[in-house]
Amino acid sequence: MNPLAIIGRVFLDFLTAIGRVAVFTFHGVRHIFMPPFYLRLLVRQMMTIGYFSLPVVGLTALFTGMVLALQIFIGAGRFNAESAVASIVVLGITRELGPVLGGLMVAGRVASAMAAEIGTMRVTEQIDALTTLSTNPFKYLVAPRLLAATLSLPVLVLVADIIGVMGGYLIATHKLGFNAGTYMKNTLDFLQTLDVVSGLVKAAVFGFIIALMGCYHGFQSRGGAQGVGKATTDAVVSASILILVANYFVTELFFAGK
Amino acid sequence: MSDTPNKIVLKDIHKRFGRKVVLDGLNLEVPRGKSLVVIGGSGTGKSVMLKCVLGLIRPDSGQILIDGQDSMKFDNGEREEALRKFGMLFQGSALFDSLKVWENVAFGLIQGRNMPRGEAKEIALEKLGQVGLGPEVAELSPAELSGGMQKRVALARAIAAEPEIIFFDEPTTGLDPIMADVINDLIVSCVRKLGATTLSITHDMASARKIADYIAMIYKGKIIWHGPASQVDTSGNDYVDQFIHGRAEGPIKMEVLKP
Repeated sequence: MNPLAIIGRVFLDFLTAIGRVAVFTFHGVRHIFMPPFYLRLLVRQMMTIGYFSLPVVGLTALFTGMVLALQIFIGAGRFNAESAVASIVVLGITRELGPVLGGLMVAGRVASAMAAEIGTMRVTEQIDALTTLSTNPFKYLVAPRLLAATLSLPVLVLVADIIGVMGGYLIATHKLGFNAGTYMKNTLDFLQTLDVVSGLVKAAVFGFIIALMGCYHGFQSRGGAQGVGKATTDAVVSASILILVANYFVTELFFAGK
Repeated sequence: MSDTPNKIVLKDIHKRFGRKVVLDGLNLEVPRGKSLVVIGGSGTGKSVMLKCVLGLIRPDSGQILIDGQDSMKFDNGEREEALRKFGMLFQGSALFDSLKVWENVAFGLIQGRNMPRGEAKEIALEKLGQVGLGPEVAELSPAELSGGMQKRVALARAIAAEPEIIFFDEPTTGLDPIMADVINDLIVSCVRKLGATTLSITHDMASARKIADYIAMIYKGKIIWHGPASQVDTSGNDYVDQFIHGRAEGPIKMEVLKP
């Protein structure tokens, strides 16, 4: 086959995929604001996405905070700047590592589960059954997941921020010989509202991306078990990549020129 | 508009997926209050035809009339309103595995018609009783049921909202002959009780003979024979004869690679 034709086909497929995601996003968001509202489903999804992700995100944040304190202490020691450990840990966790690592962990856990569940519903005609029972699948399946993930991730990341800082504090005070009061004072002195808010805004964006990719790939799933497996993989991979891309743009939005 | 003799009319429906032509000028009329069964082999366009009527797939061209109204011109609100007339039994039952059996049966009442859960549960239990399932089954999840029981639950769900039109997609596929006959009997009794118009697709001739007032045969995306169920054995159509007798030899050629 002509190499130019292959490139052209790949490019056209890419544009088609973008168009499909855009239309899917439009319908998903539109149905968040249009009645009927499925509050029971929203609460159930918030429990699944937020509450049940706490252990994995909490552990990630704890060990990230611990490692961060250790690494900064070792690195900063090369130019006698060990006192910067507290401030760098808190900035690193709240601005970047809390939302990004939390988002990636939730993407692995939640986007895959959404894609598998919706994908199975697609291949077993359950989504068609919803339509025949006068229930819009976007309203019933997509809108509650999009809203729940967008609302849950900031709360989850706020908890992760606290646990991550606590991890750094534990290592700094018990292993590196920092004074507990001084460490906390340095942490709070350097922390600004914008650091936390930017992280929470990132978390909301990442939550939306995770649910969107989970639902989209689930809806696109075709065939049988293999199709659902592919949808699950695609959901996690695309959500992870989009989180990293979105992270750059949200960071630039908040901190460019400061 | 509701006094038209035909409840559903399909006129010159065309549908293709890529290069594959699935429906090729299909014409079909489903008389009001009657049971029409469309027979045909796998891949002849039966399921696509049903999904076109339900609006799950949009035909490339043609006209679909429901109670005389062109369903392809419906806006979203009109489509949702029209769908309230329909019940559907899916081939694989398509029960929601995250919900209990009674919630499956009551789903259309609770979500589609905003009925209170308590009232909907009472109706669900009544419909489960109509298909021979007791209240102890209502609290189980679909995964805990056998294939035959799942079909019965799906039938209860299809009739729960007392629809004017019911579609049956391969209602007996995957069932043993006795359970298939039980399902056929339930379909006949439930439909008679409701007075509904039904459109079924199947390749199970025992099922077709039992539930049909009229039979139509689809082949390569077209209806090639249409008549009363009592005349299917004397249709004089070679394709129909080959199909109902299950013969490998005849005008219908299976695309099988010979060794």
